[in-house]
Amino acid sequence: MKQNLVLIGNGMAGVRTLEEVLKLEPEKYNITVFGEEPYGNYNRIMLSPVLASEKTIDEIMLNDEQWYSDNNITLHKGIKVTGINRARREVIGEDGTTAPYDRLIIATGSTPFMLPIPGADKYGVIGFRDISDVDTMLEASGKYNKAVVIGGGLLGLEAANGLMKQGMDVTVVHLMDRLMERQLDKPAAKMLQKSLESRGMKFLMEHATEEILGDERITGLRFKDGTEIKADLLVMAVGIKPNFTLGQESGLHCERGIVVNDTMQTFDPRIYAVGECVQHRGIVYGLVAPLFEQAKVAANHLVEHGIGRYEGTVTSTKLKVTGIELFSAGDFSGDEHTEEMVFQDIAGGNYKKLVVRDNKIIGAVLYGDTIDGTWYFQMMKDGTDISEFRNTVLFGQHHLGDSGHGDETRVAAMADSAEICGCNGICKGDIVNAITEKKLFTLDDVRAHTKASASCGSCTGLVESLLAHTLGGDYEDAPSKKPMCGCTDYTHDEVRSGMIQHELKTMPAVRDFFEWKTPDGCPACRNALNYYLLCAYPEEYEDDSQSRFINERAHGNIQKDGSYSVVPRMFGGLCTPSDLRAIADVADKYNVPEMKVTGGQRIDMFGIQKEDLPAMWKDLSEAGFVSGHAYGKAMRTCKTCVGDTWCRMGTQDSTGLGVKLEELTWGSWMPHKYKLAVSGCPRNCAEATIKDFGVVCVESGYELHVGGNGGIKVRVTDFLTKVETEDEVLEYCGAFSQLYREDAHYLERTAPWVERVGLKKIKKAIIDDEKNRKALHARFLISQKPAQIDPWKAHADGKNANEFAPIVIT
Amino acid sequence: MSDWIEITQLDEIPVLGSRVVKTDDMDIAIFRTSDDRIFAVKDACPHKQGPLSQGIVHGTSVTCPLHSWKIDLASGEALGADEGCTNVYDTKVENNMVYLRMPVD
Ligand code: SRM
Ligand SMILES: Cc1cc2nc3c(=O)[nH]c(=O)nc-3n(C[C@H](O)[C@H](O)[C@H](O)COP(=O)(O)OP(=O)(O)OC[C@H]3O[C@@H](n4cnc5c(N)ncnc54)[C@H](O)[C@@H]3O)c2cc1C
Ligand code: SF4
Ligand code: FES
Repeated sequence: MKQNLVLIGNGMAGVRTLEEVLKLEPEKYNITVFGEEPYGNYNRIMLSPVLASEKTIDEIMLNDEQWYSDNNITLHKGIKVTGINRARREVIGEDGTTAPYDRLIIATGSTPFMLPIPGADKYGVIGFRDISDVDTMLEASGKYNKAVVIGGGLLGLEAANGLMKQGMDVTVVHLMDRLMERQLDKPAAKMLQKSLESRGMKFLMEHATEEILGDERITGLRFKDGTEIKADLLVMAVGIKPNFTLGQESGLHCERGIVVNDTMQTFDPRIYAVGECVQHRGIVYGLVAPLFEQAKVAANHLVEHGIGRYEGTVTSTKLKVTGIELFSAGDFSGDEHTEEMVFQDIAGGNYKKLVVRDNKIIGAVLYGDTIDGTWYFQMMKDGTDISEFRNTVLFGQHHLGDSGHGDETRVAAMADSAEICGCNGICKGDIVNAITEKKLFTLDDVRAHTKASASCGSCTGLVESLLAHTLGGDYEDAPSKKPMCGCTDYTHDEVRSGMIQHELKTMPAVRDFFEWKTPDGCPACRNALNYYLLCAYPEEYEDDSQSRFINERAHGNIQKDGSYSVVPRMFGGLCTPSDLRAIADVADKYNVPEMKVTGGQRIDMFGIQKEDLPAMWKDLSEAGFVSGHAYGKAMRTCKTCVGDTWCRMGTQDSTGLGVKLEELTWGSWMPHKYKLAVSGCPRNCAEATIKDFGVVCVESGYELHVGGNGGIKVRVTDFLTKVETEDEVLEYCGAFSQLYREDAHYLERTAPWVERVGLKKIKKAIIDDEKNRKALHARFLISQKPAQIDPWKAHADGKNANEFAPIVIT
Repeated sequence: MSDWIEITQLDEIPVLGSRVVKTDDMDIAIFRTSDDRIFAVKDACPHKQGPLSQGIVHGTSVTCPLHSWKIDLASGEALGADEGCTNVYDTKVENNMVYLRMPVD
């Protein structure tokens, strides 16, 4: 027998919970929904654009009635629930409809707080919460002229903007001396007010309303100071009141909302509550991002998977008034323990403030240029240490280097024909169209539909900005916890630490434990898990070649015509005449159509047919070569310069040290490609300061640099430390490599990793803690033992012969 | 009528892997899923003719190695937002032997 699940409240949090339940176990429950509003479920936050005629009601419907019937959900729309009989486990509607439940979800949201002033019951005095409020406003705008909005917060300003767009003369009355005081500091609030005034909005700041005037219908307002103002419509937007009467009347523990625990259960464990009507760890939320996270957790427990806890959400806000860019998150006012970083260009319409405590961002206010809002917000949530880039952080992420696109990355200002994704040739207009027409909400959606940012990913930030820009408030949909991929709800870090804690040693074991939704995983998670297991259990885990991208499976780079390239390793870029002769012979023997010297100081042979690879490798192996791993998420090359053997400027033997470093690290599988370089002096001919691990030799020793990148997003290394001997260089290199291997997410190169975790953490692990450094280095050496087996030779000797031999039929 | 052609032993195709069958006029990719089902499709992605045999197999689909289109092995259709289709061929397994049936024209 199926159990009965009843939902009270047909709003954003409740229906999202049902969607999550259906995703996990569509057959588990008979579902019944009671909703006081006479519709399916709609996107409440988009009421503001509807009021401003930028969207229609149809466009903001999330689940129409068809959806309910498609999913066998009984919908009692327009019926308010008036009682819950917990003893009989039954829900009672105002019209007498009853529904029995085994599990119940309360998601009754909140109601606008109406100021208890005389006259508040007159016609024309409303809140701003649902479709019927919007209808009332639209109707009034057709008949009347003067509107007043009490409340200069987010909601009030959006209402005022909408009414103004409908042609009304709008005055905003606010008690405080600045707008949006809960999200904005004084300068930003002033800029906002000025910009709204220039559009025609009027303000009465520091005004308290005493009485609403008129007979049946409102005609005006009187303030405490005795002045009056005319009004035909009054919207009260002074706050919301969690709607928990029903919970309270049925005996559930309530304070400022229905009190729930981390699994979203009320004091009656059969009853869950989500959304604005709940109080979790003392906090009542009024934005959708937290509600969606709550919904996910509640659903997981409802289907009895029993994983996941809701631990609270850091929220951010944007104002959905077209043409005004505003972003605010966290604690923006600070206290005696915080510092402020401010960028102010009032005339240019730009203001940025970051509130920092212990080198971590805890709050941000951006006005004008908000493109970096998501970046700051991510760092806030991650607790990123910003000490290493404090002096540029205010200038935004692009300042950290992105192949010099600089100011052109301002999406809002871009023309529709501006190319966003260089790999796939996708323009801004294509992306915006896809987002609006196909109702895309997430980065993954945009990738799937337009291919933008689906290749090299360098335009990901731009696409995210476009999403945020196009969707306005909708984009807060983005979860703060990023799952590894669509197959699981868990993050890289959760999977990785859980795998070690519970000693999960095979891919099926990991997938099983973390409730993968797909039988075999997908290309993204399979490759990641294979690497994580290999890194955690280097001596035990048996590599799964089917969980590797073809380049790593076939140990060559696949080319556009399906042929492969072959790049033999040349340690430190050094070679002898006989090496070159051997390569030349091989190239002749296999009719290699083209050769070139690579950017990594080696020789590339192109156009090799797959079935010829093993034989060719055999010849190379006999000549003393091993695979160059030019195809892998692996240690690639160690570039070197001439050094003191020949160069008149050289201070140390950079070539010799490069060879030693490459001998130490070759063959190592990494979260991403990993490159080294050694330069013989600060002239830096080997470009060591854009490598993952770079060494710059000086008279007195060796400077070690980490986290550089010369690729998509150029990033100069951070200086790690200086050491005196080659042995130390090798030890620090091993330790750094291992720390990166154990800590970074799969496909995260050292540059973004260093930025995410902060250099401080890396220094602490490697420089300050000698014991830890030695332990890391030792673990690296252990993992290198099974890794330094030449994969080319192994295949030449017959390993995985199937992979290379075609079956021929005629 | 068309005839079943003997291809190879089941064990000779790696689980979640593939083999390439070369015929006179084209390459065919034979895939084996984790539950030992066998599928055959023309070894050319509808996008830019990428060799699907070199992709990663998951469930009953394969992800093309060149630009990551996802192709349904049973129908040859591109999945998700992409549009396109490659030919599929009948297969069967009897006594551990994999057979392929070529269409007659
Ligand atoms: C062969 C080579 C170009 C050349 O002829 O010089 C090359 C070829 C490719 N690079 Fe590269 N890169 C080559 C040196 C570089 C360098 C220069 C260097 O190593 O000093 C860089 C910039 C330095 C860096 O990585 O920081 C470079 C940055 C990239 C990137 C961007 C990486 C990044 O983190 O931003 C990619 C894309 C990726 O890895 O996702 C890439 C990807 C590729 C791929 C694998 C593209 C692909 O996925 O198919 C190319 C394979 C071509 C082929 O079929 O063989 N290649 N690539 C170079 C091989 C070096 C070697 O001996 O192993
Ligand atoms: C105009 C506007 C703009 C907003 N903009 C943003 C924004 O930009 N970003 C953001 O994050 N958030 C925004 N919000 C807030 C966001 O909409 C809410 O946080 C969210 O809708 C709350 O979801 P919920 O399910 O808890 O409540 P709701 O969506 O309000 O759903 C509750 C539902 O329960 C029904 N109900 C109540 N009691 C009963 C009963 N006894 N029986 C049956 N049904 C009942 C109600 O009628 C309602 O339909 C905005 C809100 C408004 C009004
Ligand atoms: S070799 Fe590198 S830069 Fe050149 S086309 Fe390929 S990926 Fe792009
Ligand atoms: S050729 Fe297959 S995805 Fe491009």
